[in-house]
Amino acid sequence: MAGAFNRILSSRKRVGILSLLGAGSLTAGLLLKREHVSAASQVRRVYPPSAEYPDLRKHNNCMASHLTPAIYATLCHKATPNGFTLDEAIQTGVDNPGHPFIKTVGMVAGDEESYEVFADLLVPVIKERHNGYDPRTMTHATDLDSSKIRAGQFDERYVLSSRVRTGRSIRGLSLPPACTRAERREVERVVVDALAGLQGELGGHYYSLVGMTEQDQQQLIDDHFLFDKPVSPLLTCAGMARDWPDARGIWHNNQKTFLVWVNEEDHTRVISMEKGGNMKRVFERFCTGLKEVERLIMEKGWEFMWNERLGYILTCPSNLGTGLRAGVHVNLPRLSKDPRFPKIVENLRLQKRGTGGVDTAAVGSTVDISNMDRLGHSEVQLVQTVIDGVNYLIDCEKKLEKGQDIRIPPPISQLK
Amino acid sequence: MPFGNTHNQLKLKYTADQEYPDLSKHNNHMSKVLTPVMYAHLRDKQTPSGFTLDDVIQTGVDNPGHPFIMTVGCVAGDEETYEVFKELLDPVIQDRHGGYKPTDKHKTDLNPDHLKGGDDLDPNYVLSSRVRTGRSIRGFCLPPHCSRGERRAIETLSNDALRSLSGDLKGKYYALKDMTDEEQQQLIDDHFLFDKPVSPLLLASGMGRDWPDGRGIWHNDNKTFLVWVNEEDHLRVISMQKGGNMKEVFNRFCTGLTKIETLFKQKGHSFMWNEHLGYVLTCPSNLGTGLRGGVHVKLPNLSKHDKFGEVLKRLRLQKRGTGGVDTAAVGGVFDISNADRLGFSEVELVQMVVDGVKLLVDMEKRLEKGQSIDGLMPAQK
Repeated sequence: MAGAFNRILSSRKRVGILSLLGAGSLTAGLLLKREHVSAASQVRRVYPPSAEYPDLRKHNNCMASHLTPAIYATLCHKATPNGFTLDEAIQTGVDNPGHPFIKTVGMVAGDEESYEVFADLLVPVIKERHNGYDPRTMTHATDLDSSKIRAGQFDERYVLSSRVRTGRSIRGLSLPPACTRAERREVERVVVDALAGLQGELGGHYYSLVGMTEQDQQQLIDDHFLFDKPVSPLLTCAGMARDWPDARGIWHNNQKTFLVWVNEEDHTRVISMEKGGNMKRVFERFCTGLKEVERLIMEKGWEFMWNERLGYILTCPSNLGTGLRAGVHVNLPRLSKDPRFPKIVENLRLQKRGTGGVDTAAVGSTVDISNMDRLGHSEVQLVQTVIDGVNYLIDCEKKLEKGQDIRIPPPISQLK
Repeated sequence: MPFGNTHNQLKLKYTADQEYPDLSKHNNHMSKVLTPVMYAHLRDKQTPSGFTLDDVIQTGVDNPGHPFIMTVGCVAGDEETYEVFKELLDPVIQDRHGGYKPTDKHKTDLNPDHLKGGDDLDPNYVLSSRVRTGRSIRGFCLPPHCSRGERRAIETLSNDALRSLSGDLKGKYYALKDMTDEEQQQLIDDHFLFDKPVSPLLLASGMGRDWPDGRGIWHNDNKTFLVWVNEEDHLRVISMQKGGNMKEVFNRFCTGLTKIETLFKQKGHSFMWNEHLGYVLTCPSNLGTGLRGGVHVKLPNLSKHDKFGEVLKRLRLQKRGTGGVDTAAVGGVFDISNADRLGFSEVELVQMVVDGVKLLVDMEKRLEKGQSIDGLMPAQK
């Protein structure tokens, strides 16, 4: 017994000394008299993985579909070098059993290393979410050459606005679920510093959420730029709202066509947008802006999180690869009521949302149409898919106007 | 959020100033006490189970202030939190509990025979009587920090103990995650059901994790004794009934608590308690007795009197709406309870409620008849 006890004491793993000995109150009393300085004295009550395994019987998200007790047992004692654990990664999926309309991912990354340390779980989740993309065997191509785009000007009698968004993470700093206050402030400093170097059409101004004036706030609300503290439990359960509004802010260019959110759901969210249907120009600005920001941070010795398997690394596995959502607000009064509409949209590898964004319903006959995919296709490919698809939808609408029939297109092949 | 062991080490790469929270807009006990120097001094420490300073204060950082009450802004993750972080928590406790000093001793008295009177509050005015407290099981982490395995173990232990209660206390446990629709409706109708916390004060400290796993409600067949398992504390124990017989409510409260404590001890578990802080609970505001004894009482005239607030203050009582904390009174009916938790025994606090409510009802009756209440003004307790 003494031998086993000594082995336990010398182990660097967390061991439930209190529970094993059943010493209860006596030992607690002794501990109270000790100096509590060292982080190494981990005396946490430890249960076998089977006792810690979450109850996922009522759950419907990608994490719940793939987290078996065996995988949990393998990963539950691991942590990334920054100390992010499996339980933290899956907490949002445990706390949020399911979404009525869409199958949520149910887990997040706390840092770049999460995707490696928890690969046993993340790989099947990524495969399910991204149509069979296997990061162990496939590579993801990044292509921000906007000159390759064809026919990127929509009929503005139908397309009211065009927008492209993505996210970027700063390598070496933890992601929103796990970052410390100092790290988050460092992200802000690095990004704002780089944005200050943008010029010409891209020159702009940063508005910190901390201490924002009433006028600035009202202006940002009127421009539909202001983001607020997350209320979605999907985000708050992942710890992304901690310390709000510390180190959060909004940057936009003077023309209000290029916008960067700092420290919301990702280190940065980058948005290019304008009224009307000139998607080509929106994407051009998007690519130019992104490349310029990248150049500016690299001058200071920083880089974006990226690798050839997963593309750009973001907090949510659903945004890996390009992290890109390119979309339009398009008015389709007849087509949007046609029973074939959902299938047409699906076959074009597109997604429809209400004009308030994800989780909203369409108002009137204006819908938000964007690409469904994020990983396994390049930025150019995805934007082209949206352009071709939206043109097809407009064509359908015009046919219906003339009383002609429309066709459901064959499904586009998913992985090229 | 209970981070991994090495997470606190990551923060130490940054200076204390770089990590120090922005509390410039904050108004809670934690923000009034924490200084950059204190933060620097405490930030490399952890309790034996790994609870850190940032874990303690996260709820106070995320919730700058409450419109009506000064919140505490910090929580404990285990019993040792109150020792390891005493530099922060002692002044917070002092502010919250009327000057209670680090050297003071707290008296526990759960002998219901020591309560004088309390069985004759006028039921025409006093609609219901209730006493609640909390208990934590020594050796386990508290709701902000416990793992799923620990929480389930607490549920199992509690269930084992409660199952052995007999007589007036015999009852049944309803696990939140297995509840049928009928059971749920019945518990709602009885006003027993607690739901997933929505208050950001609780959510920001991590108490809502894994809901509803390991949570449940136990109550006796008579529906006068109720135990919440793994909500804001390991156990919340409530004795209640209609009418003004606070003595009976307190009798049952003490008897039930003592029995439960005995049952836990038989299995080798005790409650977290020490002679300085009394019963140790998650929120520093509930230390000592953790006791809130109160009534729902009709005071339509008195509540409009300009001395109402002053009377309550002198009696060491607090008013709330009938929905509990953060609600407004409806139809002149108020929830009146003791304002203190620590530094007075259970008997002393319930005595204050009993004596105080008696006086309030007398005042109400005088005002009904158009008489003055000046002669009844109490001295400061």
